Amino acid sequence: MVDAPGRPSPRLRAVGWGDAAFRVILTGFAATIPLLFVALVARLTVSAWPTIRAFGVRFLTTSTWDPVANVYGAAPMIFGTLFSSLIALLLAVPLAIGVAIFLTEFAPRPLRGPVGTLVELLAAIPSVVYGLWGIFVLIPLLRTYVVPPLGTLLGWTPFFSGTFYGNSMLAAGIILAVMILPYISSVSREVLAAVPSSQREAALALGATRWEAVWSAVLPYARSGVVGAVILGLGRALGETMAVVMVVGNRHDLSVSLLEPGTTMAAVIANEFNEAAGLQRAALFEVGLVLFGVTVAVNALARILVWRVARESAIGSRAI
Amino acid sequence: MISRVARRRVASHVMTGLTVVAAILALLPLFAIFADLVLRGASSLNWDFFVKNPAAAGDTGGGVANAIVGTLIIVGVGSAIGLPVGIGAGVYLAEYGGGRFGTVVRFLADVLTGTPSVIVGIFVWMFVVRPMGHFSALAGAIALAMLMIPMVSRTTEEMVRLVPHSLREAALALGFPRWRATTHVVVRAAWPGIVTGALVAVARIAGETAPLLFTALGNLNFRTNVLQPMQTLSLQIYVFATGPFEEWHRLAWGAALVLMGIVLIFGLGARFVTRTRFRDG
Amino acid sequence: MAEPAVRLRTERLHALYGSQAAVKGVTLGFPVHTVTAVIGPSGCGKSTFLRCLNRLHELSRQGIVQGSVFLDDRDIYAPETNPVAVRRRIGMVFQQPNPFPTMTIYRNVAAGLSVNGRLTRAETDAAVERALRSAALWDEVKDRLHTNPLGLSGGQQQRLCIARTIAPAPDVLLLDEPTSALDPIATQSIEELVQHLKREFTVVIVTHNMQQAARVSDFTAFFYLGELIEHDVTTKMFTAPAEARTEAYVTGRFG
Repeated sequence: MVDAPGRPSPRLRAVGWGDAAFRVILTGFAATIPLLFVALVARLTVSAWPTIRAFGVRFLTTSTWDPVANVYGAAPMIFGTLFSSLIALLLAVPLAIGVAIFLTEFAPRPLRGPVGTLVELLAAIPSVVYGLWGIFVLIPLLRTYVVPPLGTLLGWTPFFSGTFYGNSMLAAGIILAVMILPYISSVSREVLAAVPSSQREAALALGATRWEAVWSAVLPYARSGVVGAVILGLGRALGETMAVVMVVGNRHDLSVSLLEPGTTMAAVIANEFNEAAGLQRAALFEVGLVLFGVTVAVNALARILVWRVARESAIGSRAI
Repeated sequence: MISRVARRRVASHVMTGLTVVAAILALLPLFAIFADLVLRGASSLNWDFFVKNPAAAGDTGGGVANAIVGTLIIVGVGSAIGLPVGIGAGVYLAEYGGGRFGTVVRFLADVLTGTPSVIVGIFVWMFVVRPMGHFSALAGAIALAMLMIPMVSRTTEEMVRLVPHSLREAALALGFPRWRATTHVVVRAAWPGIVTGALVAVARIAGETAPLLFTALGNLNFRTNVLQPMQTLSLQIYVFATGPFEEWHRLAWGAALVLMGIVLIFGLGARFVTRTRFRDG
Repeated sequence: MAEPAVRLRTERLHALYGSQAAVKGVTLGFPVHTVTAVIGPSGCGKSTFLRCLNRLHELSRQGIVQGSVFLDDRDIYAPETNPVAVRRRIGMVFQQPNPFPTMTIYRNVAAGLSVNGRLTRAETDAAVERALRSAALWDEVKDRLHTNPLGLSGGQQQRLCIARTIAPAPDVLLLDEPTSALDPIATQSIEELVQHLKREFTVVIVTHNMQQAARVSDFTAFFYLGELIEHDVTTKMFTAPAEARTEAYVTGRFG
């Protein structure tokens, strides 16, 4: 007979050492997660400290990145990350939501599973394979069929000025769009599927067409969840590394032209870290810290929105 | 004179058609990539490809044997570290995760799942590569494990939560201590789902490149020592694709095809496990 | 007639969910080798009461127990008592049949045996067969002991759960509406089983079906809004109850 603390006992107290040890071990495993988070923040900050101290806020606003003179400004990367992600969102969001609506509302039932699986398969393709395809298929395609008409049509705008050499923000944006589409689409699907069918049926009963029922009854109900899905996609786009570093050109330039090469925070780290030393390495750590901060904020926002609408489940952390 | 109703009906059909177009457009890259993988990669797949190491720069022939073995070793070691911890954390979240600590862990797990893997890479560089003094497969495995743990913890939690409460109660009513009820009944019942989540995570990390750039680094030679730099398929594809030689480009497609195959095997394995579960039930 | 010895009894037992009282000051005894039915309308606290008898209530969210429950004159709520040990002597069968889906029929029945210590294969075989025979299930499953129990019918699964519960030879059997989820034929087989089980165990059965209580039990306890209203020999409870509320319930005036 082993001790159990006195009544009233709302929970079964440890029986001997078995239960206590079990709980301690599991708690230890679970604690690795907050530990990892704190360690990441701490380590990144400490390693970035030399440049934080040397450049302060100017690091985020200046564009000079000179390893020889040891002057570092990350504005081009920050801009590049945001710009390429924006392009990706502009392309991916309408398609992803369209796919989600198609799969939950209009697709014939036997098609839903297979087509949904195929879309989610996009998320299974490794980033480096996307990069490979980007270099040898997408860029030549852009060069031959897409950029010339774009250039003649829109070359007068700052967004399509300059010469296209292949590696560009446009290529990066398109690849990113394809990569984030499955995430936005699958979360949107879950969110739309969670809308009670009574909503749709009520609209139809009032004489709405199928599309109107979706637009006016289903989508508004799922709105914050869909926004969460989009923000989730943004979070992924911000951090994508390999595909981007292979097609974006890796030039430390801040240009709004899609046809020009550029760089992103993730890409510059991948490109320069192994050869960097001293202050340059600290600068790359600071870039990493900024990237980490941005993705944490964006992902936190997305999770809050998605939790609120969809069922309690690990949506978005599924790759396939 | 088209009536308003007819106009609305047409609009509805148009919008429906647009969603179909969206689906087609979304799937186009998928088919294109897979087609290119097969068309451009199949030509590289010969016996040499699987058993030889890369040839000297510029030479034809050679293979990716070291990369295939390296991928399996690093993914294996990474999974050996990451899966038990992730599954344990997931069981914690499902069984004891109702309080504030559980909420924090759950939230951070979701946030960490979305963290760029390149950042984990530089972190592990600082923590493992620097003290060790050199790159190593072990460092790469640790980086991959760090990516897996948050992912696996959430899928495990989800699966354990799905187990009906009555099973836990029946075990407790039989006089099982809490830990035994959890492991022998609840986790066992959730096991197929947990394995599925684990396989999905393994498929994800098998394709990772960025964190390995600063940890495992890559190696032109055949290595099985985890304390040395090691090559993986993902790293090899990156090197070949961005290199100057046509031959390398050709081999990159072959390596990509093999890597995609490995990823798909794990992914299909995951689906197979789920299907078997429902058949038994 | 000499009073049969009481196996299990409660003394001023209270059960709460947080600050909400579900069982209010119940003092009740269960004589050995008898069947006592606990009846009452929905929400009267009878299931909560039952779960206090094997210390399951305290595992519910905000579950609090006050008072005493004596198993052979030992208070199971005494501070030094191990709840797990209590549950090995007081078994429970639930409303929904819940065999462990990842274990074979054999392993299900043997599940409770392993927590009590190591038995040899022969001992386990014997115990499993004995339990299945007592649960009137042996003939139906003896040729498929190592198959999955989910292939059994609802009634068979419930008898399997009963076999699983009686295999470790507990002193008391608590049955929480064991036939609510079953069809009439399966219900009947379980009811017959209960009559046999009382020879080996002391049985407490919660039921919302008064006719079942009348068929199956020796004693009946009527609960209403958390209180024990009346407790007596079954025949007397149903033909000449002392309390007005009891009479109103058993004649179907409310339920």
